[in-house]
Amino acid sequence: MTALLEAHNLTKVFGGGLLSRRRNVALDNISLVISGDRPSIISIAGESGSGKTTLARLLLGISQPTSGQVLYRGKDLKRLSREEWKAFRREVQAIFQDPFEAFNPFYKVDNVLNTPIVKFRLARSRSERRELVGKVLDMVGLRPEETLGRYPHQLSGGQRQRVMVARALLLNPKILLADEPVSMVDASLRATILGTLLKLSREMGISLVYVTHDLTTAYQVAETILVLYQGSVVEVGDVEKVIRNSQHPYTRLLVGSIPLPNPKLKWGTEAIETERTGGRSGVGGGCKYAGRCPLVMPACHEQLPPLYRTDSRRATACFLYKESPAVEGVELMSSLSQGEQASHKNG
Amino acid sequence: MNSDILQVKDLHVHYDTYSGVVKAVGGVDFSVRAGEKLGLVGESGCGKSSTVLALLRMIKPPGRIVAGQVLLDGVDLLRLSDEEMRLARFAAISLIPQGAMNSLNPVMRIREQMADTMRAHNGGRPKRELQDRVRELLQWVGLSDWVANMFPHELSGGMKQRVCIAMAISLKPKVVIADEPTSALDVVVQRRVMHTLERVQQELGASVILAGHDMGLMAQFVDRLGVMYAGLLVELGATEGVFEEPLHPYARLLIDTLPSLDRKGDFKGIPGVAPSLLSLPPGCAFQPRCPHAFDRCSVDEPAWQEARPGRWVACHLWTEGRG
Repeated sequence: MTALLEAHNLTKVFGGGLLSRRRNVALDNISLVISGDRPSIISIAGESGSGKTTLARLLLGISQPTSGQVLYRGKDLKRLSREEWKAFRREVQAIFQDPFEAFNPFYKVDNVLNTPIVKFRLARSRSERRELVGKVLDMVGLRPEETLGRYPHQLSGGQRQRVMVARALLLNPKILLADEPVSMVDASLRATILGTLLKLSREMGISLVYVTHDLTTAYQVAETILVLYQGSVVEVGDVEKVIRNSQHPYTRLLVGSIPLPNPKLKWGTEAIETERTGGRSGVGGGCKYAGRCPLVMPACHEQLPPLYRTDSRRATACFLYKESPAVEGVELMSSLSQGEQASHKNG
Repeated sequence: MNSDILQVKDLHVHYDTYSGVVKAVGGVDFSVRAGEKLGLVGESGCGKSSTVLALLRMIKPPGRIVAGQVLLDGVDLLRLSDEEMRLARFAAISLIPQGAMNSLNPVMRIREQMADTMRAHNGGRPKRELQDRVRELLQWVGLSDWVANMFPHELSGGMKQRVCIAMAISLKPKVVIADEPTSALDVVVQRRVMHTLERVQQELGASVILAGHDMGLMAQFVDRLGVMYAGLLVELGATEGVFEEPLHPYARLLIDTLPSLDRKGDFKGIPGVAPSLLSLPPGCAFQPRCPHAFDRCSVDEPAWQEARPGRWVACHLWTEGRG
């Protein structure tokens, strides 16, 4: 059966035009599958510059891939008819990092909720509209009387972000893409917002794509995780495996660098490799992590490692695992997107 | 035992706005021991930045320091003349600012910026000597010589932050204040910068005050931790003790709501929102959100008291000995 949203071998290159000779490969051959049969939660994790936001933008159809395609219900986004495009816009919703930027400061927050109702003709009368707005605000834990009629600056960051989630919910989406939704929100509210997202996913059957640099919350929220480094997937699979038993040297470095909120579990003090100032590497060449990798081998400089399927629910792009069978991104992601029912019964 | 290098007494910082007076810091007391790393943690708007900037007298209008004492080695910094304070900055107490990206001069080479700081304090010195000192300082924070010839935009965020560390320690101050020094950096770079800061601090024997919102970073870095809420310290104690058994309900909730790699899919937030600093609730500022609030909490402001040796807390549960 066709998956709801698929990304096939996406590559995005910036620059390389007339004015700049330097080509910047922001994303290099990334695949992703969201089956839609059941609500799944997938996290795209990486540091700044790893390409995670570029990937999110491609999935939303905001920008076009240099090569590869994004398929919505089996059809390339570029070939969607007007009607299909409208359906895509409705079923795939996004919330972004800064909930303040998404508001027009001159309008009351009601405006952000009423606009989609008008655009998509969700309500026939004023009372129906009010009921609908009340319903979605309630779902995200906001009280309409405390939220409506106010200007964006009168709400706290957490409230603003929840209004954005409520707006997305109005359209009854199948997929909610959240790009760093809590990185600008205070610690005590972060848990509340992530909890809301999780609850919605379970109760409303919405699949979540959670884009973040924070591996702790990615671990908390997601079932499947993709770890990106300079535009390539270094490790992908079940979050339990990838985070708690990381294979790729880069994932291990990332996990080891999380400042754990426990004074008894101190950061390792082993020497961390020195910083480089050089830009990212271009297409071709070896593994992008080779220059920093403590376990680098000659082969790493010659060729980009493929994804090796080290076990049924995880693959690692590193020659340390070349004994395992190599696997194509799309094939791997579709198998990860299914058959988790048995292995995943969390919460 | 009196090895306190810095004592802050009853510090108040207010901001005058059109809507009224914002009491960003409403009477904070703490001290820092020589060679110690002290953390001040809290959510945005809790007054941690105002507190640390006040120690340097860097509060800008409409903000002002209303009352209090900042005793560095017995000298009240708040009573120094502007020129004396200028000389004390960097030499006695220095700052590693929040965004390293924005705190370096974009049109000046690193070498000149660093030499500038030293010149401003020690007057004219032979060029050679300054250049040697710059190289030495860069090495100290783990940067190569060539960094000196670079402009800030040619360096990565982590490198810029380390240049800021090098400048902050260039005159061997007794206290280094770091205001969210790594908030814009990735975890790997953050870890590297914090290691650099720790090493330099140990070699120099300076005290560090780290202000921030990241409990994980605090757990990893500081010896003692102060938790701030609505412009006040609500708890202060040894980091391990605070994490193991937080005495103040807010500190407890803050620690309980941290995501960790141990518990999965278990999300608890703190209900309610922080009060406006324009109009604090009567009594304890946390009382409207506190699960343990009782009658007295909405009447009296709880006193700042030593609940256990070395553990300070402002909560009526401890005034009444109910904790």
